[in-house]
Amino acid sequence: MSLLTLFNAMPGAIAQGLIWGIMAIGVYITYKVLDVADLSVDGTMCTGGAVCIMMLMSGAPMWLALIVAVIVGMIAGLATGILHTLMGIPAILAGILTQLGLYSVNLKIMGKANVPINNQKYNLMVSLLYVKNVPFYKNTILIVAICILILVAILYWFFGTELGCALRATGCNPNMSRAQGINTKVNIVLGLMISNGIVAFASALLSQYQGFCDINMGRGAIVIGLAAVIIGEVVFGKLFHNFALKLVAVALGGVIYYAVLQVVIWLGFDTDLLKLLSAIVVAIFLAIPYVKKEYFPKKKQTAKEDK
Amino acid sequence: MLKVENIYKTFNAGTINEKTALNGLSLHLEPGDFCTVIGGNGAGKSTLLNAIAGTWYVDEGNISINGIDVTKMPEHKRAKFLGRVFQDPMLGTAANMRIDENLAIAARRGKARMLSSGITAKERESYKELLKTLDLGLEDRLTSKVGLLSGGQRQALTLLMASLQKPEVLLLDEHTAALDPKTAAKVLAKTDEIVGKDNLTTLMITHNMKDAIAHGNRLIMMDSGRIILDIKGEEKKKLTVEDLLNRFAIASGEELNNDRMILAK
Repeated sequence: MSLLTLFNAMPGAIAQGLIWGIMAIGVYITYKVLDVADLSVDGTMCTGGAVCIMMLMSGAPMWLALIVAVIVGMIAGLATGILHTLMGIPAILAGILTQLGLYSVNLKIMGKANVPINNQKYNLMVSLLYVKNVPFYKNTILIVAICILILVAILYWFFGTELGCALRATGCNPNMSRAQGINTKVNIVLGLMISNGIVAFASALLSQYQGFCDINMGRGAIVIGLAAVIIGEVVFGKLFHNFALKLVAVALGGVIYYAVLQVVIWLGFDTDLLKLLSAIVVAIFLAIPYVKKEYFPKKKQTAKEDK
Repeated sequence: MLKVENIYKTFNAGTINEKTALNGLSLHLEPGDFCTVIGGNGAGKSTLLNAIAGTWYVDEGNISINGIDVTKMPEHKRAKFLGRVFQDPMLGTAANMRIDENLAIAARRGKARMLSSGITAKERESYKELLKTLDLGLEDRLTSKVGLLSGGQRQALTLLMASLQKPEVLLLDEHTAALDPKTAAKVLAKTDEIVGKDNLTTLMITHNMKDAIAHGNRLIMMDSGRIILDIKGEEKKKLTVEDLLNRFAIASGEELNNDRMILAK
């Protein structure tokens, strides 16, 4: 348990954190922009990887495997969107239904619960073997960082377009949006599709990174995504106001999450308890705004009431 | 311009909370009509505006705007014809978005929203000029989030947004009710100006009888989901609050028992 062990483990934690950071950007779009908590990502976080790995193994080129993974992820988002907007099922429940259905879909895509992929045989884009002692242009950290920058640039452009503005307005004030002629249902579906597409992309990277796709790899993904969103907000919230920078903050939130996790593991924490720890941390951060308002009202407000 | 024919709306039908909010109501507005709407609580004023706006569909009857039947047209499609300002200042604007972005969204009402820029530099300049006319100092805060504005400022902005794309009908749902008297007067003056400039066909709900008399060329009073008084032209110009109270008593067969309206005398 020397510091060197921790130091050696850090590049891996950063790479993994960045990949989960991409996933968290997807969560940010539903949770923050659209104001919908979408749980289907727990399923999509496996679907993207399953599609990508199976396609690579059947000889498809990397770019095609990634595109198809994203498209399949978007279809999962479409399913949640249709359940929610056209069938009136509450968003959380619609997400859970999609997530459950995806479990079977993922099994069918993979044919079994766990599919390994050999990085010697296939030319993978990212891998845990590529974080150290490789030429810098092959380094997974650099490649994922570039993916994030491209993704942020695309999203920054998109949310500045008429359609992107309509999507933001839908999340902010559906009443106003409809009064201004915005079809809020279409926009919610669109947002869910974009979000799940991004998550599927992250999933495709993650399964390559770890060298396998597992049916359970998406379990609790929403919590990790939320954790990254919240950490990014808490750490960089005062610094970053621009939308693009906020997205970068979310990705960095993922890195911090995995770095802290690495430290916790290094300290000898029982790894069986990690998910419980994540859940507790996220619960605390989600509760803070409410607790602050409810139990510790600002002095200004109390003064007014006293009058 | 606006034709509302024999519309009915019952909420919670078949339950103990059943409430007939619109009871065979008909209303025709001519182009350029500025009609004020008064009536007690639960008279169906807001329900009428929501029916026109398409918040939900009416049970029976027809609504048409400028000759186009909109009875079964969903809210966001109908928005093409309508400018709306709500009673709650929070409802009309997107708080997390900037002032100029809100205006840009309103400028695209009724148009297809695709991948062209959500707001252009040229637009921004024109919004600056437009906001100057409000005289609230908003022209210097173009990139501020709307959530930072006061209720009055937000309401004035909503009014501007509602008229940015000239609407066939402007619907104002007690849009000054949540404001302090001074701001309310300012927003009302701005309303008169905007309606007058483009000669907009307008339906304005108010709880203030004086305002209802002072503004517009027509006044309707509602009770139990129906129009019980319709006063226009010369008659409207000579109208006083006393007249209105007396005529309400005759028309509805009971004393006017709405505190808010009586206090507003």
